[in-house]
Amino acid sequence: MATSIKKCMMLCCIGHTVSKEDMAGQSYEEAIAELNKLLSEKADLGGVAAAKIKQLTAELSAAGSKPINSDERIRTGFTQFKKEKFEKNPDLFGKLAEAQSPKFLVFACSDSRVCPSHVLNFQPGEAFVVRNIASMIPPYDQTKYSGTGAAIEYAVVHLKVENIMVIGHSCCGGIKGLMSIPDDGTTSSEFIESWVQICNPAKSKVKADTKGQSFSELCTNCEKEAVNVSLGNLLTYPFVRDAVAKKTLALKGAHYDFVNGSFDLWDLDLKISPLPL
Amino acid sequence: MGPSGFTQQQENNNQETVTEAEKGHDLFNDLKSRFLSFKKNKYMGNLEHFQNLAQVQLPKFMVIACGDSRVCPSNILGFQPGEAFMIRNVANLVTPFENGPTETNAALEFAVTTLRVENILVIGHSCCGGIRALMSMQDDASGSLLESWVVAGKNARIKTETAASGLDFDQQCRHCEKESLNHSLLNLLTYPWIEERVSKGELLIHGGYYDFIECSFEKWTLDYLKMKTEGTDMLVVKDRMVWC
Repeated sequence: MATSIKKCMMLCCIGHTVSKEDMAGQSYEEAIAELNKLLSEKADLGGVAAAKIKQLTAELSAAGSKPINSDERIRTGFTQFKKEKFEKNPDLFGKLAEAQSPKFLVFACSDSRVCPSHVLNFQPGEAFVVRNIASMIPPYDQTKYSGTGAAIEYAVVHLKVENIMVIGHSCCGGIKGLMSIPDDGTTSSEFIESWVQICNPAKSKVKADTKGQSFSELCTNCEKEAVNVSLGNLLTYPFVRDAVAKKTLALKGAHYDFVNGSFDLWDLDLKISPLPL
Repeated sequence: MGPSGFTQQQENNNQETVTEAEKGHDLFNDLKSRFLSFKKNKYMGNLEHFQNLAQVQLPKFMVIACGDSRVCPSNILGFQPGEAFMIRNVANLVTPFENGPTETNAALEFAVTTLRVENILVIGHSCCGGIRALMSMQDDASGSLLESWVVAGKNARIKTETAASGLDFDQQCRHCEKESLNHSLLNLLTYPWIEERVSKGELLIHGGYYDFIECSFEKWTLDYLKMKTEGTDMLVVKDRMVWC
């Protein structure tokens, strides 16, 4: 405060009118000066400051982007697809118009950054895709969250997919939300927190195994552990269990890290034995 | 089984194990090359953009589409990473608020109240297996999970059977694909935090129908103002467009 008053007085004394831009510039310079002063006193905060500044830059950059015309955006996207893909592949799209026979059922998060059509280059016809918050699979239930069961039943029994892949990802808001639910269980959302608590076992495991990692590192561990919980829940669906036992269906877990540009893929070590007759 | 039969069985088992291992290996290689292709062609070529995205997502669209392998909105509408928050479920259904928690409304809550998207686009499509299952259901509960889910569209089926009774089954299914889509648009307004933003003009609700036989896309927008002015619960739309 003292700094800003002093500067204003100086400008007043030299008869300079302070414009709106000047005022905005002064606020920004002031803020940067304060930050520099703090970092010179506490150098260990440099990493934290850099991360926050990076995030702020990204937010301002995205928020400052031009407003879109939604109709125009849809029109451009569709006409380009029709011209570049549909009309250039008449055999493929002719077959697909008759029927689909995808080899994959993929569970991916709803996050705008992780569509499997981009990350794994899935073309039309290749993958039946379910997208929800944090790509979670609840255990078998006839009524609760039946949408998931419907998709798995359709893909496994009707489409006869050969692989189910569950893909988690970095910086997942759903997992962060799960990890942020306080120990007393109080929730503030209508639906989100009830949904993400499907993977409470992952949260418990990660917290029990922690070796003093940061919250962010715990979230990353939970992103991967939640995939394993979902894979385990898949086996509560009788038709999945049958197909896995008959070896007509494989289950895979995966984690897409868009910060580092990497993709992990794994199998669960399942020992499924046939029931004794 | 005699000794030779047993040996044959053993050989068959060994062959199967090798085949399984080969299948697993092929699958691993396939997925690896898919990811590396994305990384080379998209990620590395737009590194700064992906680094910004890694910090924050601010999609302008929330899209609800069917899980059908032929209708991914990233393909048919060219949505790029960061543009569209997406839900994909069987038959692109949105159930009303009073039906209680679903996977879909958890994602809706996040998109509308946290990400504050500006558009919700529900996309239906031709030859939808989920809608066909809805139209084929018998009254007695079969215990099928698919039917437990699609039964949420039963009002659309009733309307279809009344309006399209003269049409054959395939045509009725096509009618129901659009009817169900419109019901989903109305169901969106049963969520208070959605209606609030729509009434303030901060959020638009659109329906879209992708016909992959003719390759056409039809789009319309819910006209909230007119619905309120006319005091109707029935869907009123504006800005209807078709691209083919």
